[in-house]
Amino acid sequence: MIRFVFRRLLQTLPVLFVIVTATFFMVRFVPGGPFTAEKAVPPEIMRNLEAHYGMDKPLWQQYLDYLGKVLRGDLGPSFKYSNRTVNEIIGDKLPVSLELGGLALGVALLIGLPLGVLAAVRRNTWLDYSCGMVGMAGICVPTFVLGPLLVLFFAIHLGWFNASGWYGPADRVLPATVLGFVYAAYIMRLTRGGMLEVLNQDFIRTARAKGASEARIIFRHALRGGLLPVVAFLGPGIAGILTGSFVIETIFQIPGLGREFVNSAFNRDYTLVLGTVILYASLIVICNLIVDVLQVWLNPRLKFE
Amino acid sequence: MLKLLLWPTALLALLATSACGRKEPAANPGEGPAPRILLYGNGAEPQDLDPQTVTGVPENKLINAFFEGLVSYGNEETDTVGGVAERWDISPDGLTYTFHLRANAKWSNGDPVTATDFVRSYQRILTPEIAAEYAYKFYAVVGAEDFQKGTLKDFSRVGFRAIDERTLEVRLKHRVPYLLEAMKHYAWFPVHIPTVGKHGGLAKRGTAWTREENIVGNGPFVLKSWRPNQKIVATRSPTYWDRATVKLDEIHFFPTENLETEERMFRTGQLHKTYELPAAKIDVYQRDFPESYRSDPYYGSYFFRFNVTRKPLNDVRVRRALSLAIDRESLVKNVVRGGMVAAYGLTPPSTKFTARARLTGDVAEARRLLAEAGYPEGRGFPRIELLYNTHENHRRVCEALQEMWRQNLGIEVGLLNQEWKVYIRSMDVLDYDMARGGWIGDYYDPNSFYDTFITGGGNNRTGWSNARYDQLLRDTGTAPDETARMELYQQMEEIIVQDLPVMPVYFYRKIFALSPKVYWPANPMDNQNWKFVRFKE
Repeated sequence: MIRFVFRRLLQTLPVLFVIVTATFFMVRFVPGGPFTAEKAVPPEIMRNLEAHYGMDKPLWQQYLDYLGKVLRGDLGPSFKYSNRTVNEIIGDKLPVSLELGGLALGVALLIGLPLGVLAAVRRNTWLDYSCGMVGMAGICVPTFVLGPLLVLFFAIHLGWFNASGWYGPADRVLPATVLGFVYAAYIMRLTRGGMLEVLNQDFIRTARAKGASEARIIFRHALRGGLLPVVAFLGPGIAGILTGSFVIETIFQIPGLGREFVNSAFNRDYTLVLGTVILYASLIVICNLIVDVLQVWLNPRLKFE
Repeated sequence: MLKLLLWPTALLALLATSACGRKEPAANPGEGPAPRILLYGNGAEPQDLDPQTVTGVPENKLINAFFEGLVSYGNEETDTVGGVAERWDISPDGLTYTFHLRANAKWSNGDPVTATDFVRSYQRILTPEIAAEYAYKFYAVVGAEDFQKGTLKDFSRVGFRAIDERTLEVRLKHRVPYLLEAMKHYAWFPVHIPTVGKHGGLAKRGTAWTREENIVGNGPFVLKSWRPNQKIVATRSPTYWDRATVKLDEIHFFPTENLETEERMFRTGQLHKTYELPAAKIDVYQRDFPESYRSDPYYGSYFFRFNVTRKPLNDVRVRRALSLAIDRESLVKNVVRGGMVAAYGLTPPSTKFTARARLTGDVAEARRLLAEAGYPEGRGFPRIELLYNTHENHRRVCEALQEMWRQNLGIEVGLLNQEWKVYIRSMDVLDYDMARGGWIGDYYDPNSFYDTFITGGGNNRTGWSNARYDQLLRDTGTAPDETARMELYQQMEEIIVQDLPVMPVYFYRKIFALSPKVYWPANPMDNQNWKFVRFKE
């Protein structure tokens, strides 16, 4: 397994290199730069600004300089937030995104797994149909609708929570619920499907014939195989939760990295765009690797190759 | 099996109920006299707190709390009151200003604020390596532009001089009758040189001197904490010379980029004042929460630029026809709303200047002009595009204009939406036909508007040039008195209204939600002197 992990990690290096190179040149070719502003700046002052950030050098040299810095672990200064570095910004924001993503994942699993199992075990009953409706709602109702609705009810009407912010534990409840709800719907449907497939197999019938209890059949025999589609989904799912929380972070005014990532593109904050792209690409690679390892563990028919 | 449903539900409920009631920002929405904490929606997260390198509006609000210049905003609209300077003299030729500094003006570390601090601060902002975007605001000072461009190395030859520790002299190349107004801008504020020097030096941009543990200011408040993208806490300065006037104990600045979120924050008591109000909420507030609705005058114009280098907009008759064929009154009443004022000229009215010239004419006149230009009833009129940056309000205005032109002139105008920086770039290189634009005065003087349309000016962005206009603008620097200067602006407005490099649409108002508990003096520059803001008794 160690060789497998090591080989996969080595394979990620050229992937990251291509991503960084493509992003570096793509952001430079977008019209407008970091200092493009409504109130025009005289050309000589603009030249000073460009010189300060090394943008007066040829593009290839800027690229090589940047690569050199990245290899040393320095993602450079932010163009927008002039007294802060990209390393600092990511260091501030990533824990927030991880916390939000972790809580949302918890919510998604807490809702999705039991409902999925329940729907599969009680298939074609009112319970199954109810779970299906919840799943459909989670997939169909966008977060930018659900978020404000929950704020209106729980924050404005009931006064239980702040409308936005990331200050105390209470501020985690609504955003984690909204973000988690969407993924709960997917997890529920996948769990249901996976469980139904396993429950129809011969070894389950054999277990029943031997007199195993229903709980033992579900938790001991069926669940492990039934979770395989969920685990396969969790790789891109976790990456999606971590990188795709821009809308939630905007609605709830959360100082996470998703919002910074999108804003940095609008601000043409070249170094911050690159820094977040490198980070997200690495996260996606790592999440997928963990999922691959988990799948082998859950399914003995798979091997580390 | 139902147990499977129960335990996650119970956990969620536990998380929810255990967390309830701990609402940090709303802990003190200003109920009592102490502590008096103003909760303020400040738009975007600030770039920095260095008055000499930042450029934005949210930064402006913060810097006005932490720093103070020679002169400052008063309590009543556009008053100019002494800041660090208790008084000033202006030489008869208007070229030399002598500021007399207060003996009790202090930095937050207890150091006195001296004339040398100002001179060295101005040296810093003009140092090319700092790359200060607002360094050009000093170009009227003797030698400042040369020093900034590097052609003058000796700063002692620049027109700033500390006559003694409490007397500062500023010498100008030419008269700048609005200098005191311009000096209210934070680019003119001093910085604490020893602190700046300790953290990277005077010639280095973006250092750590503005961090909460380092910063030293001279304003009515000091920085207590700065949690990026969450909250900046300003607390009353114990060393500020006029601390008796300061009524707030703290100001909590919240970055609130999303207007809908900000409005919800206001409704839950997380904010006393919003940065703005979403257009969709204007009617709701006017009807349901009139006590929280504010619409204040704002010194700005909303217009559309014509690219006068392109056909058919290089023909003034076409520009005039397009300008006359729209119903501004209907537009501000039904589309823009919020009390915006229909504009028939470039410059918003102010206490010192109201333009005489005015765009006059009607739809019949517009049709006649279009026919005269070779497009009777719009026939043969080439398709032009209306460029606007991504914003719901701009889109609605553009759609309304499109429809008005279709109905009144029989012409089709396309809409082109671009993201902000792409849109600015398109205007910079004149890659558009007509483009939405706007201008908020940098200082409370009509010059701030007329200055933008000088030939080749970076903010002109229309390709328009008028030699007489340029000459009149230069003449304002030598006008013998204010009456004569304002008369020159009247003539410039006539040229603008005649030549129409832009199509005026409306004059802005600032619309926001404000807690009825807060006394918030109206200011057309939307620049508060924080020491006058207070909770009502």
